[in-house]
Amino acid sequence: MTSSETAERPVVEMTGISIEFPGVKALDQVDLRLFPGEVHALMGENGAGKSTLIKALTGVYGIDAGEILVDGRSHRFSGPGESQDAGIATVYQEVNLCENLTVAENIMLGNEPRRLGAIDWRATRREAARHLATMGLDIDPASSLGAHSIALQQLVAISRAMVVEAKVLILDEPTSSLDAGEVAQLFAVMRRLRDEGVAILFVSHFIEQVYEISDRMTVLRNGRLVGEYATATTDRVELVSTMIGRSMEVLEDLHVSTDRTVEIERGSTPYLQAVGLGRKGSVQPFDLDVYSGEVVGLAGLLGSGRTEVARLLAGADRADSGTTRIKDAPAPLRNPRAAISRGIAFSSEDRKAEGVVGDLTVRENIVLGLQAGRGWMRRLPGRQVDEIVDKYVAALNIRPADPDALLRNLSGGNQQKVLLARWLATAPELLILDEPTRGIDVGAKAEIQKLVAELAGEGMAVVFISAELEEVLRLSHRIAVMRDRAKVAEIVNGEDVGVDEVVGLIASGGDH
Amino acid sequence: MREITRHALFWPVAALIALLVANTVYRPDFLAVTVLDGHLFGAPIDILRNAAPLMLVALGMTLVIATRGIDLSVGAVVAISGALSLSFIATSPDPGSVSTVLLAIAIALGVSLVLGVWNGFLVSVVGIQPIIATLILMTAGRGIAMLITEGQITTVTSAPFKTLGSGFWLGLPVATLVAGGVFLLVALLTRRTALGMLVESVGINPAASRLAGVKARTIVWTVFALSGLFSGLAGLILASNVMAADANNAGLFIELDAILAVVIGGTSLQGGKFSLSGTLVGVLIITTLTLTVTIVGISPLVTPLFKALVVIAVTLLQSPRIRETFAARARQRAARPEEVAA
Repeated sequence: MTSSETAERPVVEMTGISIEFPGVKALDQVDLRLFPGEVHALMGENGAGKSTLIKALTGVYGIDAGEILVDGRSHRFSGPGESQDAGIATVYQEVNLCENLTVAENIMLGNEPRRLGAIDWRATRREAARHLATMGLDIDPASSLGAHSIALQQLVAISRAMVVEAKVLILDEPTSSLDAGEVAQLFAVMRRLRDEGVAILFVSHFIEQVYEISDRMTVLRNGRLVGEYATATTDRVELVSTMIGRSMEVLEDLHVSTDRTVEIERGSTPYLQAVGLGRKGSVQPFDLDVYSGEVVGLAGLLGSGRTEVARLLAGADRADSGTTRIKDAPAPLRNPRAAISRGIAFSSEDRKAEGVVGDLTVRENIVLGLQAGRGWMRRLPGRQVDEIVDKYVAALNIRPADPDALLRNLSGGNQQKVLLARWLATAPELLILDEPTRGIDVGAKAEIQKLVAELAGEGMAVVFISAELEEVLRLSHRIAVMRDRAKVAEIVNGEDVGVDEVVGLIASGGDH
Repeated sequence: MREITRHALFWPVAALIALLVANTVYRPDFLAVTVLDGHLFGAPIDILRNAAPLMLVALGMTLVIATRGIDLSVGAVVAISGALSLSFIATSPDPGSVSTVLLAIAIALGVSLVLGVWNGFLVSVVGIQPIIATLILMTAGRGIAMLITEGQITTVTSAPFKTLGSGFWLGLPVATLVAGGVFLLVALLTRRTALGMLVESVGINPAASRLAGVKARTIVWTVFALSGLFSGLAGLILASNVMAADANNAGLFIELDAILAVVIGGTSLQGGKFSLSGTLVGVLIITTLTLTVTIVGISPLVTPLFKALVVIAVTLLQSPRIRETFAARARQRAARPEEVAA
């Protein structure tokens, strides 16, 4: 596909793009070229300017300097509508569809065929079915969108984008909540569209996926262009180094930071004991012990019940069977407050919906958990708040290091760090982290992994959930394997345990 | 200068000043305050006194709206509170005694608080949407007030009770002092404790707040209870002003004025960040507007239209989208000379 570079003219050519927000230069002289029939990866850490660049191309932000050529014609977009008219379609990270409408209605929304001024519903369904078929998808257009998995919704969103016969398709983190099979399905659709001559701009934090699907890539760092590379000839380590702008030391450090050989004294009483804990329609009854100083990993596919286990342990959902004991004393976890007061902190996988309080400042977000525990009457003294905030902003390297910044203005990785700070400030004895590293960049990921290892080393009990098995293996002392909403196996981690073993357990359901 | 225009309260305050200036142009002695019988006297004092009931209602409304709620029942609570206090005084053997009046006030406030607690119960425990939950009391409340007054407009003579709405203390209207006192109390309550932050947190992201351990239910319940209590106090002032309990018209449409004042003051109906001083400015704008209409002699027929025009102007100036457009224009204008230079 790289041969197209020489033969054809780029369908999109952005040159010298600069965008400034009050006090911040978000983009500084960035170039991007997209050719017809290629998958182009846009790479960079959180806050590197990827989203801003996409928003410049889609007309969400106006540009302060530079030029955008689409099909050789200069455009100055002043709204998403104009960009769409120019043939640029976007599918954002969070699926922007209406769950309560049917698949057909979602695909054709705004482009419904009409007859005598009224919408021709039959033709609408027929058209939608045709679009789905051209992408090789077998979905009933009359079914309700909400009945389908996130992955299928994502594909429906792409179908919707292609209704307007887009020449350029922008996919912003489409794979962050998909499992391996679903990613393969998405890639099949992407390849099909690429072969039809569509230029696809693909943003992802998963380096393996970028290598699998992309032809070329553009790397950004701190709002500046690092370079444009052909994927086939670029080394992975080199790529990561260019993205984070420093050597791989941070990442390599990590391999030694968790000493898996540490013997946890499992003879003693566990910090938390769950016996027969379960909830109908959520997760089948399971037993789980978590000892102080130990990281227990939960491995399993998306929807295997790993999140549900975490929610029961944190009191976010109420169990309808089983008991929980903390330090060998009965401790029912009826709601998050009850769990928090017992020293359990829970960071949800859904950062945006269940973690971030966007319009409050970094400072307020950090002390929120601690203050909630004290009740509204006993306000934390200002000096103590400052101490706590300064401590965690420095310790977790939160950027910008401005406690008065609104949390919604921070990048995903930094928001995650603020949420971690919120929980650490409550001085928990058990920390439950559900996908703490999802959707954040390599550098922040390494920092968070390192922190988890350190906390366990200091005696904290940790339950760690991640879709990436390597990460679970690297950090955990013990791994509970989940499958089909039930705990199917539990293994002690060690030198001899690898991804293959865990995958085998997930696949076999622990029967061997 | 830019700092000042960016301040959230810039446009509301500008609108208020513009209104005052317009009035002064029309009647040069508008802002003059004289001393009469040891009381301050003049249009500004009228505004401050007339603003008191709306201020009280709007304070409660601000907190309710900050938690993503709305309280439509405030007008009904005003009517009930007024009807209760006046009926109690009218039927008591000694309407003029201070103890009777104090008891009447206590009963009215107690019942108002209970009504607020009822609203809070429906919203936070039963889980009914606030607009529907308070609609119940908005409709039923007038009926309750009618039952209390037995369908009559009860007129009462009681000097101590009259003081609340028409009296002066230290030269200032008692009603203003009461509203001002409550304003300070709420300001202290929300900003000196953590209540303000927790209210905002619940309003911005209820799910995240719950997981962070915030007692969202208690907080929502509390703000509705406060809204009921403050509406009851407003009802007392309004009743004391006219010394007649009118179940049908007391506090009619005050919920709309209160919501308007909150919005003009910059608190979003989507909940979250709230501004008490913004609400104060909003209340003053609305009260001044009402007085302006009388002073300028605008026909009562077009009064609502005139009010609407001012409100449109203020809300437009505050709209983030409009501001963004202006800011973008300014940025482009600033950027252009650079391009030429390059």
